[in-house]
Amino acid sequence: MTTPAQLWQFLLSGLTTGSIYALIAIGFSVIHNATGIVNFAQGEFVMLGAMTMITFSRDLGLPMPAAFAASVLAVAAIGIGLERGPLRNARSRVVLILVMITVGASIFIRGVSMIIWGKMPLSLPPFSGDTPISFLSAAVMPQSLWIFGITLCAVIILHYFFKHTMLGKAMRAVAANRRAARLSGISVDRIVFFSFALSSALGGMAGIIITPITTMSYDAGVMLGLKGFSAAVLGGYGSMAGAIIGGLTLGVLETAGAGLLSSHYKDAIAFLVLLFVLFFRPAGFFGMTKVQRL
Amino acid sequence: MNHIKSIHSPACQIGLFAILVQGCALLVRNSYYLFVLNIVGINIIVVIGLNLLMGYAGQISLGHAAFYAIGAYLSAILTVTYGFPAWPTLFLALIITAGVAYVIGIPIMRLEGHYLVMATLGFGIILYIVLIQWDDVTGGPSGFAGIEPLHIGSLTFDSDRRFCYLIWPCVLLTLWGSLNLVRSRVGRGLMALRSDELVASCTGVNTEGYKVKVFVLSAVLASLAGSLYAHYIGFVSPGTFSFFYSIQVVTMVIVGGLGSLWGSVLGAALLTVLPEFLGIFQTYNVLMYGLVLMVVLVFFPEGLLPGLWFALQKTHRKHR
Repeated sequence: MTTPAQLWQFLLSGLTTGSIYALIAIGFSVIHNATGIVNFAQGEFVMLGAMTMITFSRDLGLPMPAAFAASVLAVAAIGIGLERGPLRNARSRVVLILVMITVGASIFIRGVSMIIWGKMPLSLPPFSGDTPISFLSAAVMPQSLWIFGITLCAVIILHYFFKHTMLGKAMRAVAANRRAARLSGISVDRIVFFSFALSSALGGMAGIIITPITTMSYDAGVMLGLKGFSAAVLGGYGSMAGAIIGGLTLGVLETAGAGLLSSHYKDAIAFLVLLFVLFFRPAGFFGMTKVQRL
Repeated sequence: MNHIKSIHSPACQIGLFAILVQGCALLVRNSYYLFVLNIVGINIIVVIGLNLLMGYAGQISLGHAAFYAIGAYLSAILTVTYGFPAWPTLFLALIITAGVAYVIGIPIMRLEGHYLVMATLGFGIILYIVLIQWDDVTGGPSGFAGIEPLHIGSLTFDSDRRFCYLIWPCVLLTLWGSLNLVRSRVGRGLMALRSDELVASCTGVNTEGYKVKVFVLSAVLASLAGSLYAHYIGFVSPGTFSFFYSIQVVTMVIVGGLGSLWGSVLGAALLTVLPEFLGIFQTYNVLMYGLVLMVVLVFFPEGLLPGLWFALQKTHRKHR
């Protein structure tokens, strides 16, 4: 039987994975707000973050913080490359074509990663040991605390960025109305560029901090992307608060479902949640009801 | 002018194509080549269905491997485990696939295109997980063996050459039906839908209904191909129906050209045959498909073959 202690444990580990989904979901929202497309390569950024971190810290022997910064920058550079390269030069501006280009890019990144890092799952050492800390009768891995901490910092910084900096306000303006933003002198190009950098960096960071717990392999990107997307849709696509709440809810639902029902079908839960939301409330928790119903 | 017109009629084109395929099949002695020819046929059925969805309804599915899998596994499980007769099972599989596609399609087709992309992607992945995890029924990762070949009367399609005579008539029928469909009232409605959904709905095209119906039709064709595949190979395993197969068929559609059914035939043939004969593709398969998909969409959004064709015509005109 499940005891309250077990439920508490599910809640804590659900929030851990949920934080990761939240970071991925924010990445989806940032790009969606700037460009109107869904970036299918978002999950690959997560995978790439972990893989470059492994290369920098294990193979090149950089100290942890330096390797962390270097891999986040590397993934941001790849995200910028995706925008400056294929997306910017596409002959067609049709949204669905651009979306399919990101699908192609994600398959390409996956193929290249398979050649560089091999097919076996790789891992990273936890940031600070692996002795569980007992917290109100539940065991918490120190890595979970790192994940909470880093996600919280990221969210606070993003909040400040979107509310109080010129660039953040410009990004919100573009999200609200592209044409009006352009008319008031905002360079939409620059915003799109920056949003790809930001969302790939967030994805890369999510990959780095989760890998000590779950390991990472070249083909994990699709699933992580799908879950991040489900989280974003659950919370309300395009809204940051929605992405966070959606991510955390999905993480908890998934862990509880795996613990209480069946661990084999854990990955199916995210998808069922996605379908359920699309059936009954396509705008999600926080979305405006302006989901385009054509 | 009458004879020129007749060359452009689907029936005539398909007749010529049938003669071509028949010629290939007769000339080829090596059974491996016949095997590749059969796989080309199976892929063409899936790709034509997908092109009706992508090229005409303007919607994209990244989960066609799932419908392909439903056909294959239903045929396999029902005939082997439960002893159902093969042909009725095949039709039952088509009906079940249609039902599943309808249930998924109805809510999602009302939303913007990328919701369908993500939902079909998710559906494909979930079905793949089920195929692996539900091993009592599906045989799990090691697959499901012992599927009998199909037969009509005393004619059993149990060799590569014999199966050729089953699959290619199916391909030709699919092609003929689809070519006629896109030239019909429904096809014109679909084309209107693709060029401008709002205008189409204002002129009385039931856009939502059309999109769902085409989605169901394309799923049913994938299921048909799956059933045929299962009876041909006699063995199914989840690896065949992974997310990557969905990507492969989407790439075939895009290489052949959105909305060009003959392009789909070429695209499916090209991308099935090339990797078989180029050994280097083994390791670089995933990478190559990603690259092809990306590059073609960037430079030739209307499709590689139509794109090259236009480019050729342009340079030709310049020279004159």
